[in-house]
Amino acid sequence: MFEVFTLFLFNIIVYNIPLLYGTTGEIMIEKSGSLNLGVEGTMAIGAVAGYLAGAKTDSLLVACLVSFIASGLVGLLFSFLTVTLQANQNVTGLTITTFGVAFYYFIGNALSNSSAGWPKLSGTRLDAHSQAIHIPVLSDIPFIGKAVFSHGILVYLGVLIAILMWLYFKKTVPGLKLRAIGENPAAADSLGVNVALYKYTHIIIGSGIMGLGGLYMGLNMGGTFEGSNCWINGYGWISIALVIFANWSPAKALLGTLIFGFFNTLRVQNAALAYTFPDTMGWLTNIPSHFFSALPFIITLIVLITTSMSSKNKSGEPQAIGRNYYREDR
Amino acid sequence: MKKLISMLVTAALAVTSVFALAGCNAAKESEGGSGASNFKVGAIYINSQNDTSGYTYAHHKGITKAMQSVGLDPSKDLYIVDNVPEDDEKVKQAVDQLAGNGCNIIFGISFGYINAFEEKAKEYPDIIFSHATGYLSNDKNFNNYFGRIYQARYLSGIAAGYKSLELGNNNIGYVSAWGTEYAETCSGINAFAMGCMSVNPDAKISVYEISTWGDQQLERQAAETLIDTYGCCVIAQHCDSSQPQIVANEKGVFGCGYNSDMTAEAPNAHLTAPIWNWDAYYATAMKAAMTNPATFMTEVGNYYEGLNAGLVDISPISSNCTPETKEAIEIAKDLMKKGEWDVFSGVKLSFSGSAGSVTVEKNNAALVTNDGSEIVAAGGPSVDDGVIQGSMNYYVEGVTQVN
Repeated sequence: MFEVFTLFLFNIIVYNIPLLYGTTGEIMIEKSGSLNLGVEGTMAIGAVAGYLAGAKTDSLLVACLVSFIASGLVGLLFSFLTVTLQANQNVTGLTITTFGVAFYYFIGNALSNSSAGWPKLSGTRLDAHSQAIHIPVLSDIPFIGKAVFSHGILVYLGVLIAILMWLYFKKTVPGLKLRAIGENPAAADSLGVNVALYKYTHIIIGSGIMGLGGLYMGLNMGGTFEGSNCWINGYGWISIALVIFANWSPAKALLGTLIFGFFNTLRVQNAALAYTFPDTMGWLTNIPSHFFSALPFIITLIVLITTSMSSKNKSGEPQAIGRNYYREDR
Repeated sequence: MKKLISMLVTAALAVTSVFALAGCNAAKESEGGSGASNFKVGAIYINSQNDTSGYTYAHHKGITKAMQSVGLDPSKDLYIVDNVPEDDEKVKQAVDQLAGNGCNIIFGISFGYINAFEEKAKEYPDIIFSHATGYLSNDKNFNNYFGRIYQARYLSGIAAGYKSLELGNNNIGYVSAWGTEYAETCSGINAFAMGCMSVNPDAKISVYEISTWGDQQLERQAAETLIDTYGCCVIAQHCDSSQPQIVANEKGVFGCGYNSDMTAEAPNAHLTAPIWNWDAYYATAMKAAMTNPATFMTEVGNYYEGLNAGLVDISPISSNCTPETKEAIEIAKDLMKKGEWDVFSGVKLSFSGSAGSVTVEKNNAALVTNDGSEIVAAGGPSVDDGVIQGSMNYYVEGVTQVN
């Protein structure tokens, strides 16, 4: 009977971890003072490239590397356009989204129309490796074991990246320099920090992290190329909103992912809860299912409104975000 | 100097453009010379003609295959306007464009094109308008067409019913885009459920409605919920992607896909899938329109065929099915093909016996909804086609929607 809660918690993590990748990747980029609206497209490219490389070599490691590199190249393109050529960041980001999603369809259509078709993973080593791993002792804990410690390796990697990034920002000198660039690039420059190098590096790494999130969606949530919707399915956009919710902190991004994930899972699992506990939660079925479908987005909206009302909630926002830094302008 | 260069460039441009135009004309002439037929087909699609699965893909494949079978060349004689939303103005523009291309027959594949088609059929009396899934028509040049996919769903239900008997689990799941809002999804669910119950009278069908035609993540989660919470042992589906089948495969249960043979995606799970062969209709319609457009409405008229015309069928029965499945499906298919029996009537089929000696029994039993109201009395005739196509908005007994 209580399996339904285990399953609920399990689904919160399994279906929302890509948001964590998208959000932490975007935080890293925004901390350098650049606003990249190309999360959706970057994730799509990482997903397709990683998935195909993985299917070809049957190796999760190769899939991750290729996904990271492919998205990193998109990050390189973004940096070249906005840092070196000083192009408008908003427009460049939107272009990357359009390009990335179109890239997904371009490759997808070509492969699906080919005689061999879209590569299928069922039964391969890659498929086995991307599924849940069993951790001795931890996975066997009742309730928590199944919900928290029975996931694929990419889920743990996502959490690890969030923690490491938090430490990086808080405890290391390059992290401090990065935050300085995001606040005031001219001041950082005058102290001898190589602004362009820092921007390039962190935009590329941030994009690479997003790509891993896309790969996760391809391996664990999608994996078939079927005309009507892209694997990323709007997760990139939600990630951008979650950055504000998390107040530009990777640790809070973890919390934001879980909260958003709760409502995202509720829209699917509300019926299961009502079915298992007809007396206490039966009322859930009286609410129209369309309300549950809208709920995650209503919550996003509420969060954006409330965080915008007080400047305290935006204390983590880099002051120079969205503005290009041009040295001779000083 | 600058002036000289710009003059040279202009001159060069002018000269090349003349050549380009000449090339164009030459190409056009040769095309016109070799074109054997002057019959042109127009098509308006809701999604892209480059889709590789799903609704538009199935129609596009059907139209091109039918054209080849009646001797037309899809690369020359087919004009497409795709990604046309269900908006009257946009549809009218698409029709005007195709009429300008000289199309003799125009197919519109989405329900919402209905009003624009009715209006434009009056404006262009020489063009035949053919509209899928609708209910309007006139007696000269405007018909509607659809198929009895519920018959194929009934057959896949038989496969699911046998599987549930074998596993000793009466819970069968169904991931559906919509529930009772559309007669198309509703009749599909009911027919599938009745197929299951013809084999396993105790079968319980749990429907999860995802409220969209396609969303891979939702389809996936719906299937997981049906398996984990409701204990379903077979997952059927009426949605775009094969995610429900992939989940069934991962979780070691079974499934019935839709639209295409999904055995490749779910090798250990897939039983059989209801499929469309749209070319059956398109070939009939094109032939009639090519022979004599004036008699199109008497020759073809409003088209609503099923297994008998080959418009719907099921994909090959996979090795995951129980041994009795094939025999029972053949028997039911035969009855429907001959027109001796149909799904939504006061007579129910009941299969028994083991492989090699499967027998069917026809029992008079009322068609009852899941809240107990009677639709057809025991022994009564089949409901009207209009009900199956348009007004069915109830589940039969044995079906529950879980969300």
